[in-house]
Amino acid sequence: MLTYLLLALLAVTIAAYFAGFTKARSFATAPGCSPQHSLSGYHGAFVAAWAGIPSFLLVLLWLLFQGPVIDSLLVSSLPPDRVEGLDIGQLNLLVSEIKSVAKGNVFSEPDAVVLAGAERYNSWSTIAIWAMVASVLSLSVAALFIARSKLAPRFRARNQVEWITSVLMIVCSLIAILTTIGIVASLLYETLRFFSMVSPFQFFFGLNWEPQIAMREDQVTSGGAFGAIPVYVGTMLIAFIAMLVATPIGLFSAVYLTEYASSGMRAVVKPLLEILAGIPTVVYGFFAVLTVAPAMREFGEFLGFAIAPNSALAAGAVMGIMLIPFISSLSDDALAAVPQSLRDGSYGLGATKGETISKVLLPAALPGIMGGILLAVSRAIGETMIVVMAAGIIAALTLNPFEPVTTVTVQIVTLLIGDTEFDNPKTLAAFALGLVLFLVTLCLNVIALSIVRKYREQYD
Amino acid sequence: MTDISQTQPTATHDWTSATARRRVRRRYAADRRLQLYGIAAIGTAVALLGVMFTTLIYAGYAAFTTTKVELGVFLDPEKIDKDNIRSANFRKIVRDAFLSHFPDVQGRTDKRNLSKILSSGAVYIVRDYVVRNPDKIGELVTISVPVSDPFDQLYKRIIPREIQALSSDRILLYRQLEHRDVLSVQRGVGVVKTTLFVDPAQVPKEGGVEAADYQRMINEAFRSFFLSEPSLSYREILSPSAAEALKNKVVANPELVGKTIEVNLPLSANYDNLLQKGEAKIRNPRFRSDKEFAWFDSLIQRGLISTPFTWELFFNADSRFPELAGLAGALSGSFLALLVCFLLSFPIGIATATYLEEFAPKNRITDFIEVNINNLAAVPSVVFGLLGLALFLNTFGMPRSAPLVGGMVLALMTLPTIIVATRAALKSVPPSIREAALGVGASKHQVMLHHVLPLAMPGILTGTIIGLAQALGETAPLLLIGMNAFIPSVENIGLTQPAMALPTQIFSWADSPERGFVSRTSAAIIVLLGFLVLMNLLAVYLRRRFEKKW
Repeated sequence: MLTYLLLALLAVTIAAYFAGFTKARSFATAPGCSPQHSLSGYHGAFVAAWAGIPSFLLVLLWLLFQGPVIDSLLVSSLPPDRVEGLDIGQLNLLVSEIKSVAKGNVFSEPDAVVLAGAERYNSWSTIAIWAMVASVLSLSVAALFIARSKLAPRFRARNQVEWITSVLMIVCSLIAILTTIGIVASLLYETLRFFSMVSPFQFFFGLNWEPQIAMREDQVTSGGAFGAIPVYVGTMLIAFIAMLVATPIGLFSAVYLTEYASSGMRAVVKPLLEILAGIPTVVYGFFAVLTVAPAMREFGEFLGFAIAPNSALAAGAVMGIMLIPFISSLSDDALAAVPQSLRDGSYGLGATKGETISKVLLPAALPGIMGGILLAVSRAIGETMIVVMAAGIIAALTLNPFEPVTTVTVQIVTLLIGDTEFDNPKTLAAFALGLVLFLVTLCLNVIALSIVRKYREQYD
Repeated sequence: MTDISQTQPTATHDWTSATARRRVRRRYAADRRLQLYGIAAIGTAVALLGVMFTTLIYAGYAAFTTTKVELGVFLDPEKIDKDNIRSANFRKIVRDAFLSHFPDVQGRTDKRNLSKILSSGAVYIVRDYVVRNPDKIGELVTISVPVSDPFDQLYKRIIPREIQALSSDRILLYRQLEHRDVLSVQRGVGVVKTTLFVDPAQVPKEGGVEAADYQRMINEAFRSFFLSEPSLSYREILSPSAAEALKNKVVANPELVGKTIEVNLPLSANYDNLLQKGEAKIRNPRFRSDKEFAWFDSLIQRGLISTPFTWELFFNADSRFPELAGLAGALSGSFLALLVCFLLSFPIGIATATYLEEFAPKNRITDFIEVNINNLAAVPSVVFGLLGLALFLNTFGMPRSAPLVGGMVLALMTLPTIIVATRAALKSVPPSIREAALGVGASKHQVMLHHVLPLAMPGILTGTIIGLAQALGETAPLLLIGMNAFIPSVENIGLTQPAMALPTQIFSWADSPERGFVSRTSAAIIVLLGFLVLMNLLAVYLRRRFEKKW
């Protein structure tokens, strides 16, 4: 239905363009008429914009509010003796039962109230859809005629169209702000709901993380199961291992590529490193499970100690591989930004290339490199698929890299995969973790970017 | 106080002295060392890349062929109703057709095991064949159907017929025994010479030596053998008849009770094999009997087995059976999600970039927008998934698992990439173009729309394709909005229908326990990487072909 409505709206819009275009054409060809201000195409675009855009917005608004309005109508139409004494959750359950019956999914014999409610729901839904079609199309056609009646030879159609375009562009650029607001608002809202069930003190300082227990009815918030310290520690452990792998490899390869390598070698190696950055993380995750973890376990067996198949070491090492190109390209930029005069001065004093690099270039590029490393840390903390596939689920408070640990992202994904209920602390805990993750990565990024920017200004 | 004027003349440095030369040598060695570290780092990175691709291709190439068997089926018109083909009992028809290849197999268990060589999807393949070709009813047709996963893996030599029966630490126990020199072969049976105390406490008053607990005696003896493994039971090593052998010996000589004797106890079958043949192997537990190998070998000998290219990988929907699972659902889901992503992020991205680059006044609001765009580019992808879940699914009530929602979330993630690329492309258009157009009387919008944007388009498209390639590989946000649903058919494809995407399909296959899914997952990864390579090549081509250097 919606598809047809949108197609009809598109048809009206195209018709509006031609209606405006032909009317403008008639001015141009009419004898003795004053010269036209705008080209005929602008007249057409003006009519089309008025016929299309407001009606399209009406469709979006309608879809947004139709569901809640019908739901509240439904709730108020239910017999009072049935609704009395129900809390929000039970009421929602009743409403969703009515909806599923209305869709025809009848699992057991529903009672009369539900059946009657389903019937009303269906009839209201039908009414709402037809009302939407009627109002949207009539708005569109009315706008078409009003806009068309405005057309005249001296009508400034081009300025009008340009004004509309400008407004559209501004609206589009506000989407970036809206997305940020959406992220912060949704995370904050669910987190506050979470903190109304579990105390923030427990969440930030508790040592025991067993969110799955909360699934049981009688244990909604009991048991101290939402202490996220082990999760943070696991995240930091894996990120640390990843940086231990990525930083030396990335930094040394950047040094070699900028200072020693011939241009031919650079042309081969740089794209190869960029391939590492372009591989989806799910592929790294599978690589960790398929190759790295078994290899490490066998190596551990060979040395005579046990390495868990989902050890922090395997996940961290593979994540380190993923971060190599990141660190290498940012260090590359930082080294390349050091002015040639510093190099020349160092060579002039008789320093070797190695001394120039370690005593002059690296200190000069250090802020840029540090910024890159911080960005990589933020990437490592937020990285999801590698750890979901290769790290553990059980939150153990340990710093032993050979044991499985869990991370913030792993917990978010495992808590939210499958059906989610938004009145359960288990689901809401994922949002609290998400908020922490968002804030930490945001801080790291802001610090890193400001370091990089400050440093760049120094030399420019 | 030393006299400075006296030290000055000696300050001229002797560059040829041994110390100076050594110092220079050391300095250049440090230089070379740094160079070596660099080469080692690059070598490591490239080697890791190579290892990754090699293992993926090695694990995945097998999935591009399927082991199939040519099945001769007589489409009996009495069993298949021409007007109602689907109601026929194809399960029985296929089973009987396959069993007829082996007329000498009798017995229910054997027949059932034999029919398990065929994939359980064979029934539907035959049914669909008959539905497509109803005129073949009454004829004997040959249809090639896949074999089940273990035999597919067996034919491709991914899994062996026999595996090591003993784990490495059990073999270590054997080595300890060997080291003590207590193993020997007597009358064709491997035995271990055991020093054992015939404990009178284990001989009950009633029944005497006949009823004594010999198992316990042997256990005690072995416990002192392997002090490091207190929980070890002798059953691991000795044959079940060992207690019987000891009993016979003691019953024959009842005076042994209370003495420490040396007795040869028979080894268990696995250790016996290890002693006599040098290795202990058992049938791979994925196969039920050795007869299955014989049946399968006879199929191979008759030339009925072939390994054609797996077109099913691209045209089948997901399945619980690895030999039937395909990517059709995932490919269509990814395509739809990317389509939505493109339709949203391309116009919005261009509009935003154009506004910020060309029209926006420099003020706090536009600064704030820029900060936001930069930060969005660095927000972890899983947070976008949380946004989609809380806002699109929970608040707006959009359908779960739908490519529409997936595309919207991906669009938000792709926007910063497109905006940055568009701004760079707009910046690279020289001001002379703008000034010339303004000079002949074009309005600002006309300059933009008629001149600058078309000239910047190759750069914008390149950035868009790279952004879409990133979106294609994105997994975590799609998992959170449920685009990992198991969908075993490709009949319902739509923007609001539940769907899979390529990376989430990889994730869910990687989680499956069946051995065949390892190669399917690798094959899916190869397909995904293939698409990414294609997209990136397209981007490079666009840049090379259309981008102007001013």
